[in-house]
Amino acid sequence: MTDKPKVAFYWCASCGGCEEAVVDLAEKVLDVLAAVDIVFWPVALDFKRRDVEAMADGSILATFVNGAVRTSEQEEMAHLLRRKSQVLVAFGACSQLGGIPGLANLSDRESIFRAVYRDSPSTVNPEGVVPQMHHQENGRQVSLPGFYDTVRSLDQVTDVDYYLPGCAPTPGLIAKALEALLSGNLPPKGTVLAPDVALCDECPRKETKPEKLAISAFRRPHEVILNEKDCLLAQGVLCMGPATRGGCEALCVKGNMPCTGCFGPTSRVRDQGAKALSAFASSVASNDAAEIERIVSAIADPVGTLYRYSLPTSLLRRRRTAV
Amino acid sequence: MPETTKESGATVGYEPKIVAFFCNWCTYLAADLAGTTRLKYAPNVRVVRVMCSGRIDPQFVLNAFAKGADGVLIGGCHPGDCHYESGNYKTLRSFHLLRRMVREMGIEAERFRLEWLSASEAEPLRVAVNDMVEKLRALGPLHVEVPEEAFADEAEEALVP
Repeated sequence: MTDKPKVAFYWCASCGGCEEAVVDLAEKVLDVLAAVDIVFWPVALDFKRRDVEAMADGSILATFVNGAVRTSEQEEMAHLLRRKSQVLVAFGACSQLGGIPGLANLSDRESIFRAVYRDSPSTVNPEGVVPQMHHQENGRQVSLPGFYDTVRSLDQVTDVDYYLPGCAPTPGLIAKALEALLSGNLPPKGTVLAPDVALCDECPRKETKPEKLAISAFRRPHEVILNEKDCLLAQGVLCMGPATRGGCEALCVKGNMPCTGCFGPTSRVRDQGAKALSAFASSVASNDAAEIERIVSAIADPVGTLYRYSLPTSLLRRRRTAV
Repeated sequence: MPETTKESGATVGYEPKIVAFFCNWCTYLAADLAGTTRLKYAPNVRVVRVMCSGRIDPQFVLNAFAKGADGVLIGGCHPGDCHYESGNYKTLRSFHLLRRMVREMGIEAERFRLEWLSASEAEPLRVAVNDMVEKLRALGPLHVEVPEEAFADEAEEALVP
């Protein structure tokens, strides 16, 4: 081992896209590898949990954890990596906000298990086998991590120093974060490592956003042929731009698709979905209760749309559990 | 914590807490009038005065629920009567969408209510508040807090000190 700074990557409840994002650094990855030792990265390197346990506390300069926390194992790893690292970075929307896996907070363990292991059309499970934490077979004890009812963001489980937003974080932001880490030129703890302005500020269609939006029909992207130059909200498509932090360089909008909110809110907003709701609803072009009702009813899935990435860190955090 | 009786499902000793956002120009004055004319209504409402019902950020409503309100009541000027011309229409629009969202989050429709009440409508205010309190009483406490979860048999190997 050299005395290069040590860096680790870990994944919790995530899709693997954040791991791709590291590889997407392309040839910059070589600069990173020249500057640091990667001591733990399950997706790429064969180091195990016991190797991390054997390290001295605080011996890793920075650990990047992507994914939300859904199981007891993920929770344990979050605590372990926190202890071993000087800096813990929540990497990506799931880790920062709860992310797409966080939409499972509309449900709970029991109904998820019922759907997955019994009710889904492709399931064949006549004995009704569902995962158990402990199982005895031929005198051998097998165990699985526990599955929580509620998905949490990384900072709802342990202390987090920085956040790299995005689904996934962009190579530009990752490279900047690594530079800051290695130079020791770090912003205050708790900073989200992206600009603190709404996406509209860097949107290439900014000039076409009307002074006053008046939406008479909400349409989903597949229901309409979107032109490539006008503000998407002005075209009646729910674009989360006004309620979402910039820094992605409006990648989705450049691909003629609306922002879905993966960078989370700016620092002035506590609840991204509520803020987006306020922006969309106040743009409805009607003063009549029945017509308003009709217009907003075209929004097919308010929670899934407004909180696509942020349900676990919203004010309510999850659907109310039955009392 | 109040206890639930088996027969009725109602909660013994439970008093619903309502956070009410009233606009400065109409509904707050209605509440004021109710006070000066000594109208009696259920004391379950905590009134927050805002300059206009259009100022009520949906975050206020969700925060009230998250912090323990059993119901949220919004009061504003009648359509057409807004002191700022169109603030209450903004309220109306966000109310419709927010009500849908709140319901999807498992919070019953009766817990979130919008009333247009002018400065002279102390009596309708009394009726609305009493009615809401009755409905909330029947529903019982909201409880949106997320319970702590732990797996007992893993406690000894937990890595947290």
